[in-house]
Amino acid sequence: MEILMSILIGFLFMAAVYLILSRSLLRIIIGTGLLSHGTHLLLLTMGGLGGKSAPVLADGITDYADPLPQALILTAIVISFGVTAFSLVLAYRAYKVVGTDNMDLMKGNEDND
Amino acid sequence: MKTNDLIIQTTTKLVFFIIFLFSIHIFFAGHYTPGGGFVGGLVMSSGIVLLMLAFDLKTVQDMLPINYTLITAIGLLIALFTAAGSIFFNVPFFTHVYDYFNLPLLGETSIHTAMFFDTGVYLVVVGVTMNIIQMIGGDE
Amino acid sequence: MINLLLFPVLIPFLFAAVLLLFPKKVKAQRIVTMIGLLFALASSFVLLYKVKVDGVQALTLGSWAPPFGITMVSDMFSAMLVTSSLLIAFFVVWYSFSSIGEAREKAFYYPAILFMLTGVNGAFTTGDIFNMFVFFEVLLMSSYVLIVLGGEKVQLKESIKYIIVNIVSSSLFVITVGYLYSVVGTLNMADISVKLAEIGPSGIVTVIAVLFLIVFGIKGGIFPLFFWLPGSYAAPPIPVIALFGALLTKVGVYAIMRTYTLFFTTDVGYTHTLLMILSILTIVVGCIGALAYFDVKQIIIYNIVIAVGVILFGASVMNESGMMGSVFYLIHDILIKGALFLLIGIIIKITGTSDLRKMGGLMKRYPMLGWVYLVVAFGLAGIPPLSGFIGKLLIVQGGFEGDLLWQSIFILASSLIVLLSVIRIFIYAFWGEEKGEHLISDKKYRHLLAPAITLATITVLYGVGAEYLVPFMGDATNVLLDPSLYIDAVFEGVK
Repeated sequence: MEILMSILIGFLFMAAVYLILSRSLLRIIIGTGLLSHGTHLLLLTMGGLGGKSAPVLADGITDYADPLPQALILTAIVISFGVTAFSLVLAYRAYKVVGTDNMDLMKGNEDND
Repeated sequence: MKTNDLIIQTTTKLVFFIIFLFSIHIFFAGHYTPGGGFVGGLVMSSGIVLLMLAFDLKTVQDMLPINYTLITAIGLLIALFTAAGSIFFNVPFFTHVYDYFNLPLLGETSIHTAMFFDTGVYLVVVGVTMNIIQMIGGDE
Repeated sequence: MINLLLFPVLIPFLFAAVLLLFPKKVKAQRIVTMIGLLFALASSFVLLYKVKVDGVQALTLGSWAPPFGITMVSDMFSAMLVTSSLLIAFFVVWYSFSSIGEAREKAFYYPAILFMLTGVNGAFTTGDIFNMFVFFEVLLMSSYVLIVLGGEKVQLKESIKYIIVNIVSSSLFVITVGYLYSVVGTLNMADISVKLAEIGPSGIVTVIAVLFLIVFGIKGGIFPLFFWLPGSYAAPPIPVIALFGALLTKVGVYAIMRTYTLFFTTDVGYTHTLLMILSILTIVVGCIGALAYFDVKQIIIYNIVIAVGVILFGASVMNESGMMGSVFYLIHDILIKGALFLLIGIIIKITGTSDLRKMGGLMKRYPMLGWVYLVVAFGLAGIPPLSGFIGKLLIVQGGFEGDLLWQSIFILASSLIVLLSVIRIFIYAFWGEEKGEHLISDKKYRHLLAPAITLATITVLYGVGAEYLVPFMGDATNVLLDPSLYIDAVFEGVK
């Protein structure tokens, strides 16, 4: 299972890197979204998969999943939600002001090149 | 632009309240079962977004004249003061207490400080999400 | 008051939330921000005293037992950094009153600064590696707001790059924490230190060490990861640059120093040599940049890069003088970079340009500015008895003790280049014939100069009074070099 997860995570990272390296701003932001998905899966896998039941205190449960990675992922998801929302707003504003979403055309400053 | 959105408007009028109640349900369910302030807040704001889709931004602003920045600030303060209560008792920050109360209508209910903290989270999530959506949708 | 160490984190947060209630009332925003910073500053001084008297303070949130809850730890090093970050913020906010402009003040400028301080102080105080990530995100989110505030074209262009670089580095941070968790099964920094010492030298630990170096190196701006820094830092207005230059890179440097003294002490031959080589290269690149530009902002920004290199070199030799020098130099650099940015901000305000070739002859009309700038520039280069001297002396001494003869000589030589780069600003801006118009009124000039001079005075006192600071620095160095002090404080009452 861990091997399968590693392959999936690798695939997500690959797609993320491909998208981040592209020119369009929107693709870059989708790429960062994929990157954080991969990261969260990696966190889950690093905690060790397995455990038959949820980590809730109850009688008779001995084989439970590691709760810590789940808590970490929840935190990381909330953070990446915030960052993605912010970068979307920013991308929209930048598109309005600069007039392009092409990163190649966003290089250099008028007074400093 | 004039579109024929009678179906979505009629449905929304009904569904919005269901979504609202469901978000409250999720919020209170959060302590022992899946749910909580963050999810509840997201459900609530998706309800408001549905309203915005059905009607337009301005109508919704008239319906719910809420300043979402204010909501965010109040949420942050509620969360902070709940957690900061521990400072006055000189126990570590975020220390959690709970007790059972006999409330009218509800009977014996357990009330946790975590619930007040979650109220803050709920408000912050609604405030921030709606702020962002208004910011993007606002200047069309 | 066992919660004392949280106050410098919580007070800015509280006041930031309060400020959100009335964003459009500029006067009230200013006053409330100042009051908040004064309270936070007072609490941080009390904390400093408490740490000095009672040793390392630790608190595990939510009354959990230490390895399980989130621990906050305040040793002398972090207490001093917290104090200086609040101090710098105080002066930057004061300076902002007459510099930042009302449009920005109404657009959540002060709340963003206070939220950023929450993040910065939290990152300095936390004793939990994942919590450090969370505080990093808090400070990054507010820095995104600050860098884009105002919405000028340059700002939008540069902030996109800044944000993307930081999102990638944050992902890398989480990945690294994931690896670390899979190796040691804990996130408490004191506990990680114990577990890693039990594991001993091993390949995966070295990989994690290098990954942490990359993650914090991106934030701190070490070679070759500093590429985003000069562009992004030049975009926002001066008070924001002062805050970023003084604090944000230092958080990265702090994190490297913390992890490299607390966690990765088993394979020093590889990890710390790598750190040493990278810090030397950082200095080289910084020197080239500082000499290459005619833009005042860029010159000072590259000086940030040089300082990062110098501090990390001192930390990489891992002996008492080197480490103490690093601590000295880190605080010095926070203060002096703040002062320098405020001063060049005034120059830019007066001349209306940041291009050295277009300015000149300011000495005649603004002699006070000129002399204060000269003193601060000498302080940056480390001319005794000013503030940079003692730190650099100790770092070089540490280098000699660690048998790094050439590297130490190189650090000394880099001081000359630092001096040259900042004196160039002095020569171009203050000497020569008067060029162009002077764009600000005398009243505004005085309002801008007051915070800058006060901060410059503090940097001078920091250098002259170094003797009295040695016991504090000694405490900080002891904890860094002897992790058991840190670990014992966290697990006090458990074992």
